[in-house]
Amino acid sequence: MTKKQKKMLIRIIAASVLLIALNFIPVTGAVRFICYLIPYLVIGYDILIKALKGIKNRQVFDESFLMAVATIGAIALALYEKSGDYTEAIAVMLFYQIGELFQSYAVGKSRRNISDLMDIRPDYANIEKDGKLEKIDPDEVEIGDVIIVQPGEKVPIDGIIAEGNSSLNTSALTGESIPRDAKAGDEIISGCINMTGVLKIRTTKEFGESTVSKILDLVENASSRKSRSEDFISKFARIYTPAVCYAALALAFLPPLVRMLGMGLAPAWGTWIYRALTFLVISCPCALVISIPLSFFAGIGGASNAGVLVKGSNYLETLSQTKIVVFDKTGTLTQGVFEVNGIHHSKLENEKLLEYAALAESASSHPISKSLQRAYGKEIDRSRVRDIREISGNGIIAFVDGKEIAIGNDKLMKHLGISYISCHDVGTIIHMAIDGEYAGHIVISDIIKPRAKDAIRELKKAGVRKTVMLTGDGEKAADHVAEELGLDEVYSELLPADKVEKVEELLGAKQEKAKLAFVGDGINDAPVLRRADIGIAMGAMGSDAAIEAADVVLMDDDPMQISKAIKISRKCLGIVYQNIIFAIGIKLICLALGAIGIANMWLAIFADVGVMIIAVLNAIRALFVKKL
Amino acid sequence: MKKSYKIEVDCANCANKMEQAAKKTDGVKDAAVNFMMLKMNVEFEEGRSAKEVMQEVRKNCKKVEDDCEIYL
Repeated sequence: MTKKQKKMLIRIIAASVLLIALNFIPVTGAVRFICYLIPYLVIGYDILIKALKGIKNRQVFDESFLMAVATIGAIALALYEKSGDYTEAIAVMLFYQIGELFQSYAVGKSRRNISDLMDIRPDYANIEKDGKLEKIDPDEVEIGDVIIVQPGEKVPIDGIIAEGNSSLNTSALTGESIPRDAKAGDEIISGCINMTGVLKIRTTKEFGESTVSKILDLVENASSRKSRSEDFISKFARIYTPAVCYAALALAFLPPLVRMLGMGLAPAWGTWIYRALTFLVISCPCALVISIPLSFFAGIGGASNAGVLVKGSNYLETLSQTKIVVFDKTGTLTQGVFEVNGIHHSKLENEKLLEYAALAESASSHPISKSLQRAYGKEIDRSRVRDIREISGNGIIAFVDGKEIAIGNDKLMKHLGISYISCHDVGTIIHMAIDGEYAGHIVISDIIKPRAKDAIRELKKAGVRKTVMLTGDGEKAADHVAEELGLDEVYSELLPADKVEKVEELLGAKQEKAKLAFVGDGINDAPVLRRADIGIAMGAMGSDAAIEAADVVLMDDDPMQISKAIKISRKCLGIVYQNIIFAIGIKLICLALGAIGIANMWLAIFADVGVMIIAVLNAIRALFVKKL
Repeated sequence: MKKSYKIEVDCANCANKMEQAAKKTDGVKDAAVNFMMLKMNVEFEEGRSAKEVMQEVRKNCKKVEDDCEIYL
């Protein structure tokens, strides 16, 4: 608790004790009034001062004013009716202050909770000076400096490991709890925790440009972008409070006047003024005004802890309305790494064919050559290869162990006049010929991510109606992946510009309320990410372009995170709507009951403070997203 | 030009009021108050001195919510 909160707590306790004690002391008349005035002033003096200042600054309709008028009114009424019942007025003030204290404590607590979740800000960086470690401000480290990270410390700045092996805990960034291995030469991003060995890192970025700074910046600014619900509430509060005040005024004067002049009855001023005062107590909009932003804040905080960075409350809202999810194929649903999937019609042993292929392709750095070399798996002895000729767009002809190896696509075979066997499998087909004779082909394809299928199923469960895949790949490969994963629609052989067009087409065809999300790896689909209702970039650790372009950034590249993000947003928005309906509903009911005289001051206190406390507790629920 | 300031305010409604007051201040193009992070982001109009404008913003905020502070 802060100093301010402690002081308030003492005031609350003092006022309560006084109030209870006074109940047992039989005093009457003016003495009684003065006795009761003491706890009232103890608990409410700052509210009275604030209300006066508000009037002076022409900011009449604020909470302090409402409370001041309601309580002074109640006291005046008790004096006028000579009932001597001052307890209600003091109780209103007392509970109002308890509510305020609770609210400030809860907000402070969740503020701290979330900054703990985002506990990735490094406080220092180690550099070596004259053989000794020295701690310096990470801002002072320049690009190319070598920093040292000891076991248990956070990596402060992005860089490349110059020396050392270790495993890294990336859970603060990705929500993934399995440690990652890191060795010399690997890229390393800030925010990871070094677990086992000492690492020397050559920095490649400044601190301000490093992943950790960008993430913190993003999360801290997220709740500045307000959602429509928040806008609605602040507008509502602006109209609601004055409206209730005028209604209270009308309630205090109109019915008595009508009774007196129209119906010839006694005006019953006391009753109606009491009802009007009850109105004022109910009218305080705090429950709404605090609980809605708090829900979003907790939702965004919980999401970032799960490795889902949402750039603003508005995006969380849009995400919850997502009905169509459009995927980019490579790198999103598939790993974007090519692998040898089969060897067919080989005249030799498969290993031998692969060996020749790897040797012939040894000089190339094309992803396909790399995958052949990887599949071969052994050291490549370049001295066995000579006269490598690359025929652009077709393939390679080279001599390996004195044999002429031709390796490439259909065109190469046609070019050399060798008859070849086509393949029914999906993927890239590499034909091979040895000394002018056909020797079989190798099938290379991109592999589907292990959890992609579950991810699509989870999305459907989360209420997504349509899943679409866009890809630049050939029709056969695309259809195969779509079928395997159970996607609804697939568009293949698209150029990057076609993808934007397709997304626009889909945007035009859908209903206004159903939102379209595009999921990409952020490398070359920035325009599409921007065009969609909501752009989701995956596996974006370290990719600045993706973090810039997307509205939601998934730190991990597991497709399951997409459905998780949608579920988190649904939960958060669910809480927001619950709070709006609950708070407004209870207030309206209590206002109605107050107007016809059923509700007394105590119910009004519940409608004000009780509703606020329940709404705040409900809002904090948005923080817990682990089990979604 | 955009700048971010740390603020001190007790209730969400007061934060909304501060935002309105800051927006209406002469020389401020746009302002947003983030109650949860206790931050005020102000975008200034072209060619205005942030320092001078912020003095005004602070004064106006104090007017609507006596119990607030902007750390300049």
